Amino acid sequence: MPGKLKVKIVAGRHLPVMDRASDLTDAFVEVKFGNTTFKTDVYLKSLNPQWNSEWFKFEVDDEDLQDEPLQITVLDHDTYSANDAIGKVYIDIDPLLYSEAATVISGWFPIYDTIHGIRGEINVVVKVDLFNDLNRFRQSSCGVKFFCTTSIPKCYRAVIIHGFVEELVVNEDPEYQWIDRIRTPRASNEARQRLISLMSGELQRKIGLKVLEMRGNAVVGYLQCFDLEGESGLVVRAIGTACTLDKLSSPAAFLPACSSPSKEMKEIPFNEDPNPNTHSSGPSTPLKNQTYSFSPSKSYSRQSSSSDTDLSLTPKTGMGSGSAGKEGGPFKALLRQQTQSALEQREFPFFTLTAFPPGFLVHVGGVVSARSVKLLDRIHNPDEPETRDAWWAEIRQEIKSHAKALGCHAVVGYSESTSICEEVCILSASGTAAVLNPRFLQDGTMEGCLEQRLEENLPAGCGFCHIPYDELNMPFPAHLTYCYNCRKQKVPDVLFTTIDLPIDATVIGKGCLIQARLCRLKKKAQAEANATAISNLLPFMEYEVHTQLMNKLKLKGMNALFGLRIQITVGENMLMGLASATGVYLAALPTPGGIQIAGKTPNDGSYEQHISHMQKKINDTIAKNKELYEISPPDISEEIIGSPIPEPRQRSRLLRSQSESSDEVTELDLSHGKKDAFVLEIDDTDAMEDVHSLLTDVPPPSGFYSCNTEIMPGINNWTSEIQMFTSVRVIRLSSLNLTNQALNKNFNDLCENLLKSLYFKLRSMIPCCLCHVNFTVSLPEDELIQVTVTAVAITFDKNQALQTAKTHVEKSLQRASTDNEELLQFPLELCSDSLPSHPFPPAKEHLESASSNSGIPAAQRAVTVEKASPMGEGNFRNRSTPPCANSTVGVVKMTPLSFIPGAKITKYLGIINMFFIRETTSLREEGGVSGFLHAFIAEVFAMVRAHVAALGGNAVVSYIMKQCVFMENPNKNQAQCLINVSGDAVVFVRESELEVVSTQQPTTNCPPSCAGGEVTT
Amino acid sequence: MTSELDIFVGNTTLIDEDVYRLWLDGYSVSDAVALRVRSGILEQTGATAAVLQSDTMDHYRTFHMLERLLHAPPKLLHQLIFQIPPSRQALLIERYYAFDEAFVREVLGKKLSKGTKKDLDDISTKTGITLKSCRRQFDNFKRVFKVVEEMRGSLVDNIQQHFLLSDRLARDYAAIVFFANNRFETGKKKLQYLSFGDFAYCAELMIQNWTLGAVGEAPTHPDSQVDDMDVDLDKEFLQDLKELKMLVADKDLLDLHKSLVCTALRGKLGVFSEMEANFKNLSRGLVNVAAKLTHNKDVRDLFVDLVEKFVEPCRSDHWPLSDVRLFLNQYSASVHSLDGFRHQALWDRYMGTLRGCLLRLYHD
Repeated sequence: MPGKLKVKIVAGRHLPVMDRASDLTDAFVEVKFGNTTFKTDVYLKSLNPQWNSEWFKFEVDDEDLQDEPLQITVLDHDTYSANDAIGKVYIDIDPLLYSEAATVISGWFPIYDTIHGIRGEINVVVKVDLFNDLNRFRQSSCGVKFFCTTSIPKCYRAVIIHGFVEELVVNEDPEYQWIDRIRTPRASNEARQRLISLMSGELQRKIGLKVLEMRGNAVVGYLQCFDLEGESGLVVRAIGTACTLDKLSSPAAFLPACSSPSKEMKEIPFNEDPNPNTHSSGPSTPLKNQTYSFSPSKSYSRQSSSSDTDLSLTPKTGMGSGSAGKEGGPFKALLRQQTQSALEQREFPFFTLTAFPPGFLVHVGGVVSARSVKLLDRIHNPDEPETRDAWWAEIRQEIKSHAKALGCHAVVGYSESTSICEEVCILSASGTAAVLNPRFLQDGTMEGCLEQRLEENLPAGCGFCHIPYDELNMPFPAHLTYCYNCRKQKVPDVLFTTIDLPIDATVIGKGCLIQARLCRLKKKAQAEANATAISNLLPFMEYEVHTQLMNKLKLKGMNALFGLRIQITVGENMLMGLASATGVYLAALPTPGGIQIAGKTPNDGSYEQHISHMQKKINDTIAKNKELYEISPPDISEEIIGSPIPEPRQRSRLLRSQSESSDEVTELDLSHGKKDAFVLEIDDTDAMEDVHSLLTDVPPPSGFYSCNTEIMPGINNWTSEIQMFTSVRVIRLSSLNLTNQALNKNFNDLCENLLKSLYFKLRSMIPCCLCHVNFTVSLPEDELIQVTVTAVAITFDKNQALQTAKTHVEKSLQRASTDNEELLQFPLELCSDSLPSHPFPPAKEHLESASSNSGIPAAQRAVTVEKASPMGEGNFRNRSTPPCANSTVGVVKMTPLSFIPGAKITKYLGIINMFFIRETTSLREEGGVSGFLHAFIAEVFAMVRAHVAALGGNAVVSYIMKQCVFMENPNKNQAQCLINVSGDAVVFVRESELEVVSTQQPTTNCPPSCAGGEVTT
Repeated sequence: MTSELDIFVGNTTLIDEDVYRLWLDGYSVSDAVALRVRSGILEQTGATAAVLQSDTMDHYRTFHMLERLLHAPPKLLHQLIFQIPPSRQALLIERYYAFDEAFVREVLGKKLSKGTKKDLDDISTKTGITLKSCRRQFDNFKRVFKVVEEMRGSLVDNIQQHFLLSDRLARDYAAIVFFANNRFETGKKKLQYLSFGDFAYCAELMIQNWTLGAVGEAPTHPDSQVDDMDVDLDKEFLQDLKELKMLVADKDLLDLHKSLVCTALRGKLGVFSEMEANFKNLSRGLVNVAAKLTHNKDVRDLFVDLVEKFVEPCRSDHWPLSDVRLFLNQYSASVHSLDGFRHQALWDRYMGTLRGCLLRLYHD
């Protein structure tokens, strides 16, 4: 019996009137966990009942603790008929299961009903007493930390980055069970919410087990999605990156004024891993030895030949000169071997991270992606995960081989997605092929002379741009030049990636959001024929999306894309493609050439004139954009070796790989393009449209910037004012004579208008930047297009922003913060150094300290005592939550970013992963579809904030709305919406307050009497 | 291409003050958009009319959802659905409960009943305030009235506590509640020159001095009217006012009073002769008003009587305000020298307030 869950129901407020006669409610509460249910007394005739219940105690396995949500149901007691449910609260108790996170969940939770929305609030206190058992074969994985953040969380240090973890669970969708015909919509919705909650818990537990197997203690970049397959089932799948993390102690402790030796000692237990093996795993793993038992010949074959990949490469034409990077070559090879071996034992050397510790990323190859079209009704055994597992394995294999073709052994910024329409499902995966520094992949043992030499040779700020592949055997036609920064290594002329801009990258000017939008009509078809039609369309779509991106990038005068995300959505009669990325000008890459327009019929005079007019417009736009984004690279005399003078030639051909099976298309976005690729031939009206659409993209109004990465390059003085928002638009297409062009225009207008609306709405925040702009497209019905955008607007200080950083190396905020962290790491390393020399093996020590044996050194005992009482951190939490003078509701910030500008995250409280369904049968009365969805999203935000506040947090970082499935039936006055959100609950402290806290640090050790009071606040 | 659905939800609820004003003023979305266009916002921001339309709709939807909470402002503070900074919450509440001068003059002193609500159409036409806005203002009055009507304690404090209004606005509402409860007539033609501010000033003085709560101690009869100390006039006090009648009924007393006042004011008053000629009339008017206050009907006509009996005669003789002040001061003070008159305290309680009111009411 490894856990005791304790729940107390304190009070309710703002309850709805359930008894019309008295205008009051006789409310009571059912508390359910697993199969056990407790009830409170009925509190008669009140809308603000005070139950003040006893502690309800559930004695449960930790496996159940991980899987099951705590279910609290508020009901209205009725003597004569059945009790009416007012609403429910589901509480995920996972954050209580690892020691570093929350110790208690306590606060007001909105009572939620899937038909009526939020109906009042309930005050609940939840605690867990966990008894550690060291059973190796246990099924639970309590203690493994989960983070949605796709970088190493701010108050941790990565000791080892183990790699890819994935899991997938399948269940029958309650909405499609026979019983759904006879039960109420409410019952059906609740069954679904509960099931997804259960499945999420199970999934997380299973992933946790895999992490423990890998000897990690955390999952970073955890991304969980659900696929509503319909008849064939409900899939919940997740990917993440297993890591071993060390907690950096609280920032206050590092200030010299108060960092007495005893303080430092105190931090040790917090660094301690619940899994006792972590620290001892290092020196004796067999992995390390394998590193050197690597055969170079094998490596060579991988580099030079594409035969062992399943790519069908197009002939290489007009390849560059034969001059190999003489200095870089051998190192590169060596490094590659090292890394490869480190990654070899991994089935999939993938990383869901998009930002990395300094030095982790060595080279970036480019974007790799794979897609596959599947038929859901062909799954033999729909209730088992095998088929889907096999599908994903196939795609991942594809990605892996693409990366290999690029001379890379790892894929970073990796993500997976699906698009489902009826029985057709498109599975997509994409990432950035990269060469990684092996130092982080295993223990610190790899740090040898080799690496030092490498680091000497790799100038900061451009290393990652250098090509990882063999220049003689390039997997695709690309145009290489010597790096504009170090002049030693070759770089491509354009770089596309799915990751965030590396901290040390040298960028000129500012970045901007670049989107490619595309629609393709498709005949309605069934099954196999439909899948084939989609498969046939996909390559063209990818090609066009790619061309659009490239053209728009050129038009902005930039040469690299970060955070690239291409979403292909399938509908009944069309396919939509939406690519978003942040364009920047990398100093290491060559200046992009312009766009040239060539006419097809040179004899026609007026046509000629038109062309030259267009050309002028394009040139003007480029010039204007360069000014707007402050792109003014230093003039470099053209001394580049092996760069042929660009001549107008044909459009570049995009390389793609296509596998044999008819229902499957995979693609490789390798084309980094060539300068001569940017000749647009206006040979028909289509091309004309393309050019027009290029020019119709309006830049944001002055004072506004936008990007889809975490940080806007070129802006470094963020203020603390942030506004996260979600905006949803649905348009109905007029079904008459829909052509591709009309469709494209509609879609383009939809996105552009949406952006314009955002700029207008947020105009009071100017100067400001929309960061992490995340567009999602779905096709809920035949003629409906839905676009959902979530982003955060952050204001910055204009005065400083105006100081243009011409050739001056970027000092982005992120950089500044890592600088801080590097400073902060110093005492931490002291701690971790001291650990191995500790006389006790970690496991033993853990046990002993837990039982507070007399054998422990005095200093440590003190620590255990402090750890056991919530006082220390309770005080801290008190201080960190900004006092709200008038309002009783504390402010909870939400942001899709991994940080909060002007603040320091001091604690991660656990993952927030919530799923809600809302349904209405009185759509008109609720303000139509807009009113319905507006209220629902506001409610979802409220429930997220309430959970975070109950955990003792004051912000959610890395927040993401993963799904927003909206269905309407206006004729029946009905609508339904499903929303899935996730993020990391954190405690942050304003940097200005931080100093105050640190000077007050000694007073933290106040008598324990103040601890009790805090818990209930 | 038509927009089926178009929403924007911020973690911090966006409040556009200009749109809020338009919404409060009862404009429809399309009218609001037209007004915004006219304000030149498109030129300033480079936005399109479609953007403006979408933005206005969004704000209207938000306000519509907030309205339910605004009906009980403490709920707005405790609710979890909309994250709004405290300063913004205060602004929302304050603006929601703000009212138009023209409107309040129409309903001040009227019974806040369904009947009056039916007249809102006419009020809307007359004042040019949209019917929607009239309804909101009327409902606000009624809501505040219902909540504080039966409550004990200070009227202003009660309003402030339950509606979280600023001190200024709470005082205004106290006046509205007080007037509605006592049904003072304010709509007569001869009262049209008076502003809401004039009435509110009088109401405050009356609440401070003429109600049960004004006595500052527990009411003499524990069972009577304990609940609405500030809203109802002190019945006993009104009853006692009859005693003042002797000031005009007793000829000697009246003459003595007159001579005292005239002696004191000779040479100080620009309109001395007019005052001397009118003294008895004025004094009779003021004392008779007091004596009649036992009847509800006459309480309602208090302001009409004051204007008829005092303001108008003085105004027709072109008394300057300074002379009115001098006269009233002397008029009240001289009573203390009347040996035969025993109700000095009663006189002060009555005249102190009345003097303040009259001075406020005396203007063009």
